[in-house]
Amino acid sequence: MTATGTDTLVLRGRGLGGGVVEGEALVTREAISGWGGVEPREGRIIESRHELVGRSFAGKVLVFPGAKGSSGWSGMFHMARLMGSAPAAMIFTTMNTKIALGVVVSHVPAVTDLDRNPFEVIRTGDLVRVDGDRGEVVITRVDG
Amino acid sequence: MRLADDEQAMLDGAQGDAVQAAMDLLVRYGEVLGAERLIDTDNVCGANLFGSRHLSVCGLAGPDAGFSPNDQGFSEHSLDAPQPLPIPPVRAQSYQLIGPMDTKNWAVQGLAPEERDRILESERYSAEHGIHLMNTCTPYQVGNVPVKGEHCAWMESSAVVYVNSVLGARTNVEGRESAGAAMLTGKIPYWGYHLEENRYGTHSVDVAVPVESQRDWGLLGYWIGEQVQEGIPVLDGIGTTPDLVRLKHFGAAAASSGGVEMYHIPGVTAEARTMAEAFGPLRPVAALRYGEDERRAAYEQLNSVGTDTDVDLVMIGCPHATLGQIRDVVRLLEGRRVHPDSALWVFTPRALRQVAEQNGYAEALADAGALLMSDTCPAIGQFLPPGTRVIATDSAKQGHYLPAIMKVQGWFGSLAECVDAAVTGTWRGALR
Repeated sequence: MTATGTDTLVLRGRGLGGGVVEGEALVTREAISGWGGVEPREGRIIESRHELVGRSFAGKVLVFPGAKGSSGWSGMFHMARLMGSAPAAMIFTTMNTKIALGVVVSHVPAVTDLDRNPFEVIRTGDLVRVDGDRGEVVITRVDG
Repeated sequence: MRLADDEQAMLDGAQGDAVQAAMDLLVRYGEVLGAERLIDTDNVCGANLFGSRHLSVCGLAGPDAGFSPNDQGFSEHSLDAPQPLPIPPVRAQSYQLIGPMDTKNWAVQGLAPEERDRILESERYSAEHGIHLMNTCTPYQVGNVPVKGEHCAWMESSAVVYVNSVLGARTNVEGRESAGAAMLTGKIPYWGYHLEENRYGTHSVDVAVPVESQRDWGLLGYWIGEQVQEGIPVLDGIGTTPDLVRLKHFGAAAASSGGVEMYHIPGVTAEARTMAEAFGPLRPVAALRYGEDERRAAYEQLNSVGTDTDVDLVMIGCPHATLGQIRDVVRLLEGRRVHPDSALWVFTPRALRQVAEQNGYAEALADAGALLMSDTCPAIGQFLPPGTRVIATDSAKQGHYLPAIMKVQGWFGSLAECVDAAVTGTWRGALR
């Protein structure tokens, strides 16, 4: 990408379903703990040692390595959906049962196994279009 | 995903709407995982006790819709079904894990009578559907002891790491919805720890300091989890035979600081007699060493959320205490009393509380000003004595979670240090 103007970049990966959505990216290189790490009412990260502590993922395209911690992970993201605080979409890099089930019960577009490292090309605040059916991620960055 | 004939029939609705929704959830889940097929399971541990908070968010369909609040709760929270469905009896042997309420000490938890009634109704609903009300995070303590090679579908990370490693059973860390679906179908995705090739060690850990007490095992687990994250550590240099309590605390700690779902201790755990057997065809991705510095680092990390030494609550029993641990607390309290400004709560499965009552332990604890509780814990039920600012615990897992969940300070130490804190009201623990 160049330093000025509007740039777009397309990444391809494995689509995990959920349709298409566009939203603002929230990026973390740290895995997220569900139960005990998330407050579902506002979709807020509460794990004290997490770099996003205090931030909410509600309505954001959450870009993160994946899920860690308790088996209550899906339950927390399920609750967040019912309370209207789920992320708009999920982009992640490490598969496990917690994130897989979390994706399913969140009912949002999700993509993994991207052809480029998403942490190197997506920054918090970027506009990101996630097509969970085709496995496509379009990143738009408006500089300045 | 390839479905067997019976699975396809369930997906087509041959066994009713709820089983269809359960199979649909398992197929969606299996496809996200990248599983090729499902596997039969007749051993499912899940969490289906709902209070008003759970039921209030699932858009109750109203009294005329023909569904009980519990049908609606199970359909939404346990199956992710598209609408409320009548739920049939479960197919697989199914067990309730730790829940939100101690049926005896609910008032101590600060629950209103209406909330107690709601949860009791949820218990009855589960029982009527054939779910065994174990109400513990340690089903392996009270009769659900899977055998080597048995395919299970368990929630509860501390129990999963125990049965995978110590017993050689095969389960991933399931969630509420996948466990609920497995209960109704007797199926779970054949992925991850169900496959032999995913059960070999990934990291070797040279344990260079003696690891003997329960506290030592908790510290070792907490350090290893942080290092290997979701890897499979293989411990070298363990010269003793750790018992159930030590392995329970070790696994729970490793599953909290990281995501350890399996480990090997050659000569002790089920699937490896030697280091070579533990790694099978793999080479370790990393060789770690646990020495004095690493032990201290784990201790300091667990005690980094404590500054005030006035202890309001001492929590014992995460994962749920064994009878042996309860007896040890009773003996440590002999001739002493819990400080008037502190509380000492010991948590155990309901079935073991009954034995503890038979043995007089419950009464001995009560006489010393402590309380034996069952079915729940402060982190799951989200309760503390009113005004609690500082807790102390002998559990690395509880020390990891409770301060974050309940916004309190926390101390971690040995059982004796914890009982001492309850008696004096003051934390005096130290790593020696």
